[in-house]
Formats: sequence, structure tokens, C-alpha cells
Amino acid sequence: MKANVVEAVQDALRIALREDPACLVLGEDVGRNGGVFRATDGLQQEFGESRVLDTPLAESSIAGVGLGLAAAGMHPVCEIQFAGFLYITMNQIGSQVARLRLRTGGSLKAQMVIRAPYGGNVRTPDLHSDSFEAIYAHTPGIKVVLPATAYAAKGLLLAAIEDPDPVLFLEPMRIYRGYREEIPDGRYTVPLGQARVAREGVDVTLVAYGAAVGTALEAADALATEGVEAEVVDLQTVAPLDAETVLASVRKTGRAVVIHEAARPGGLGAEVSAVIQEGAFYSLEAPIERVTGWGTPYPFVQAEGLYVPSAARIAAAARRALSA
Amino acid sequence: MGYLRDAPDDWLPLRLVDQDGTPLLGAELPPHDTVLAIFRWMVFGRVFDQRMLSLQRQGRIGTIGSIRGQEASAAGLGVAMQGLDWLAGSYRELLTYMVHGVPAETLISLYRGGVPGPFPEGVRALPVQIVIGAQTPQAAGLGLALKLRQERAAVVACCGDGATSEGDFHEGVNFAGAHHLPVVFFVQNNGWAISVPRARQTASATIAQKAFAYGMPAAQVDGNDALAVYEVCREALERARRGDGPSLIEAVTYRLGPHTTSDDPTRYREETEVKAREAEDPLPRLRRYLEHAGIYEEGLQERLEEEARESMGKAVAVAEAVPPVTPEQVFDLTWAAETDGARRERERALRELREVGEL
Ligand SMILES: Cc1ncc(C[n+]2csc(CCOP(=O)(O)OP(=O)(O)O)c2C)c(N)n1
Ligand SMILES: [Mg+2]
Repeated sequence: MKANVVEAVQDALRIALREDPACLVLGEDVGRNGGVFRATDGLQQEFGESRVLDTPLAESSIAGVGLGLAAAGMHPVCEIQFAGFLYITMNQIGSQVARLRLRTGGSLKAQMVIRAPYGGNVRTPDLHSDSFEAIYAHTPGIKVVLPATAYAAKGLLLAAIEDPDPVLFLEPMRIYRGYREEIPDGRYTVPLGQARVAREGVDVTLVAYGAAVGTALEAADALATEGVEAEVVDLQTVAPLDAETVLASVRKTGRAVVIHEAARPGGLGAEVSAVIQEGAFYSLEAPIERVTGWGTPYPFVQAEGLYVPSAARIAAAARRALSA
Repeated sequence: MGYLRDAPDDWLPLRLVDQDGTPLLGAELPPHDTVLAIFRWMVFGRVFDQRMLSLQRQGRIGTIGSIRGQEASAAGLGVAMQGLDWLAGSYRELLTYMVHGVPAETLISLYRGGVPGPFPEGVRALPVQIVIGAQTPQAAGLGLALKLRQERAAVVACCGDGATSEGDFHEGVNFAGAHHLPVVFFVQNNGWAISVPRARQTASATIAQKAFAYGMPAAQVDGNDALAVYEVCREALERARRGDGPSLIEAVTYRLGPHTTSDDPTRYREETEVKAREAEDPLPRLRRYLEHAGIYEEGLQERLEEEARESMGKAVAVAEAVPPVTPEQVFDLTWAAETDGARRERERALRELREVGEL
């Protein structure tokens, strides 16, 4: 089938609801309205109100109810309408969901997925464009997954739903309705915890995830015209991190640029850089570069185009790494 | 006066003026100049809404929520407030913000994706809240400050029916009740929270009655009866300013437009429902009252619309003349004073942008 990212998400949810009687979908406006991005379009009609539930407007309860459902053996897929509102779920996710296994000596598990659209450059109101993956990467016990393509969105989401551990699944809003690619019909999974090489190259490694993978590939195209072959590593799961794929690439290229649109301080760029210097220090030929959002909150729409890393910024960082 | 209740009654929403504009028997109505002020603001709200939606369609502002149909609640509340009162509202209370002294151009700038505010000196208002329910406990905080400083003023915390499901809402109302704070919780129940109908939001028969559990009185008012909204707000605000504690008002109204410009309401509600509610449009209703009371001068509405269009035109021009936000402004506004580390991060970010010619 041909699908863009949001259609791939929808297809994965449909398959999970069809094949897994314990699976259910809950969130704000996910029922009749089919979600504000239509990620759940048609699901309530097909599976009924008991499996596709419109919740009251209360994010903390969406996550907390999800935990309760999971503890009782259901496999809930919770939708938070925009990742910005994950702040409200922080208590339930951080202090509860991520620790249920540990806290119960392994007797209860939180097999649940929390989905949320994230990311900027889509001209949204306040707090609708934030990237919070680092906050949850710093909350061990919940996996953090960010697909970069329609193929990955479907396969990772199906893998997340059947994973016994909780998964925060952040969907890049900017590429929700990007181009439609051919993806397999029916069930397939893309393993969690594994990065993928999105483009092979030998000169410099560009590490990205989510919508930034597309921007990194654009930068790689630009670099190719200068005779630079960049390798693009798409992390896919940022927690737990697949260090090996990143290290294998950097051992080959000797140079690395880490890209994310989340704020720079304490971001995933810092974590990935640390992992590289721990595991590939002697292969490094240049300081690791980071291309990220600024050390400010996500800015007003008029400035967001400068905040979110552009292909030009990524290419410039790669050139800096190459000339060091 | 005497509209607030301490226990559930049969909850017919308070009404002072009927659909056809006739006052109910014995209704005590505000003086004519107040009524005219409310009418003028409602007309302004209607024109503002139309203009904002068309600016959005032209790509000159971002996503915006429609306030059409809710002008009576917004203006009735706004006119009942006084200069020293605080307003803590959301995107649905833009008209109340303007009545309270925030210029239209400031709101247009906000929706153009520019620097929000600042509000004019002396206008006591929290930012237009986007995170549902977050303003409610903040309002309790403002109320606590007023109480501690013994200021004779009240806080108005606005939100929608959907927002009453958020934990923040309950925590804020409870706090105000527990500490007997001068806060008026004003809930515009417009029937819908995007696609979720009021009945799906809470199993309570009314939103108003939630107040009793928090130990404060409440009223449910016909939110399309501007004068009833005004009167009940005046009572609640006076009570708060006097030091007699918080209260909650549920204004039952209806969102005639889409939730926002990104919303397609035909997916979840029947056109017939909307048509029926169009007939309860608060604006012609207040105009019928003005006519009934003999204070409607020929052509008044058209004149007010013309005035509103003119002032909106000016406001748009002012907002569009503001130069686009620079990254420097974003850094400037992040910290009161940058530490060395923050300054170096700013310089690094700007250098990076200059290097690629984005700045
Ligand atoms: C915490 C939070 N969750 C979700 C949203 C997305 N959202 C924006 S408005 C809205 C519905 C609000 O309904 P209600 O409180 O009834 O106010 P109304 O829009 O009807 O005025 C939702 C779910 C948000 N802005 N903030
Ligand atoms: Mg509502």
C-alpha cells in the first residue's frame, strides 16, 4: 500500500485492534473525530466505542488510566494530542509507568504505548511544537521511539504495541502528510532499540531521528555535490540508545554531527556525543558537532524557521568537522 | 443580585432577557449605558472574529479559534470586571481580554507568531493560555496575593467545559475554596471540547454544581443572555472583592464556528444542531432587547460594525508593521540576565546562523 506517516500510524493501529483483542485506543478526540490529525480516522466506526474511546480532557488521567489498563492485562495505546501536553503526564509516566515493573518486583508490567505528535516548523500555537524526547530518555523504564518514515512508523508502532515495556512514540508532525511511500500491507514490525543507516557514506556520520532525518538526508545530498559522502544514521529509538550502529559508523568515518530540533542543553546530542567519545574516541578525527534547537524554549512562529536545524546548518557543521 | 446558589436547585439557567428580547418579569437589568457598552463589545467581537478568520485564510495569521456565538459571555464578563481585577483566560476569551484593556493589535501580533504582549501597563492579565486548565491554579495564586495584600480586587479564571476535566482545574478551584480566595471561576460551557460533547466530559448534571463540593456557591447562567451574564458576574466579583470568597459561574453557550481554523466540525456534529443554535445567536438577541427598551437608535449596529472594522483595520496595520521576531529577541526574553554560559550559547547559535546566511 501507499501511505504517508499518519496513514501508516492509522494502519498499524487498525491491525493491532484487529489482531489483538487486548489492544484499545484512548485519547482526546480520537473517536468520532478520528483524532485531530486523523491518525485514528474510522477506527471507532470499525471497532466500536469500547475499543476506541474519547476520554475527558485530562492528560494525566490518559496516562494513568493507561497504566491501570495495562496492569490489568490490556494493551492500551494512549494518544496525547500534542507532545507539549506530555508535561501534564509527567507524574504518571515518570513516577509511575516507567517504574511499574521495578516497583512490583516484575509482577506487573505496563505494556502500553503513549503516542504524541511532536516537532516544529508547522506554524502551531504555543507549546504545540516542542520536542521532549530527552526528558523521557532521561526517564529509564520507558522506551522512546521516533519514526522518520511511513515504513518505520507502521513497523515501529506495531513493535511498540507488542513490546512488554511502555513506549513513548513521538510522531513527527512535520512529515505526517509528507510524500506517500510504498509500505507492506498487513503486519510487520521494525525492531525497537535499533538504529538504521538511512544513507551510506564514508566521510562523516550524521546522526538524527524523526523529521530531522529528512533534513540530514538533504544535507547529505548537498555535501555529495562537493564530493563528500555523508552517512546518515537514523536512531529510531533514542532510549535505550543503539550505540553500536552509531559507533560502527563513526569508526568508519571518524567524524560525527548529531542533529535534533529539541533545545541544545541536556539534549540527545549530548548523550550521543558522550556515547561516541566513550566508544570511538580513537577513531575521531574531529570534535563532534551538534546542530540543535537553541538554549531557549521553542520560539514564536516567526522565529521557528531559524530554530529548527536546516540542511544548510547541518552541511556547515559537517564541513567544520571535515576541515578540523 | 442573589443569583449565586449554595446548593443545587432545579438548575434552569439564569435568564433575565428572553430570546425575543423581552425582559423576564421582575428582572433587574443594568443601566442603559452599561447595556450599550456590552452591545458595542459584542459587535466588536463579531467583527474581530470575522476579520481574524479571514486573516487566517489569507495566511496572515496562524491557527485561531472562533468566538462566534460566545460574545455575550465574553463581553458580559469583561464589562463586569474592573481595572484592578485580574484576568486569567484562554484563547476563547480574546474578547474579554480586549474589554479588559488588551489592544486588538497585541492579540493579532500573538497570532501572527510574533512576540506575545507585553500587555499595556496596568492591565492585569495572565497570558492567553493555550494549555487547557493551567490558568486555574494560577488564578488561585493571584487571589492569594490579593488577599494577603488586602487589595480590593478580584481574579477571574476562565476556561471551557472540557477544561473542567483537567486536574489543574480541580486543584485550582479547591485551593481557592480552602483558602477563601477572591476568585471567580468562569466556565464557558459551549457544548463541545473540540469533538467531545459536554455529556462525554463529565457525568455531573451541571458544571456549576461542582463548586459545592469545593465549598463555594455557583450559578448556571444562560451564556447567550448578555445581561444575565453581566449581572451574575457583577455579583460574584463584588462578593470576591468584599472578601466573601470564591464562586463559580457556568455560562451555557454554544460555539457556532469551528473549534479552530484547523477543525472540521461536520465530522462530529449535525448541521441541524448548529442551525438551531444560530437561532439563539446572542447578538440579535441583545439588539432586540435594546429595541424593546427603546434605546436602539436606527442604524446603531451598522455604525458600530463600521467603527469596529475601522479599528480592526488599524490594529491589523499596526500588528503587520511590527518587524518579524529575531532570534536575539527570543534569547533576550528567555532570561532576565544571562549568565556567561547562556550568553556563550546565544553567541554560538547566532554565529551558526550567520555562517549559513540564515541571519
Ligand atoms: C492540556 C491541553 N490538552 C489538549 C489541548 C488541545 N485542545 C485545545 S482546545 C481543546 C478543547 C478545549 O475544550 P473546552 O475546554 O471546552 O474549551 P473550548 O475550546 O470549547 O472553548 C483541546 C483538547 C490543549 N490545548 N491543552
Ligand atoms: Mg467547550
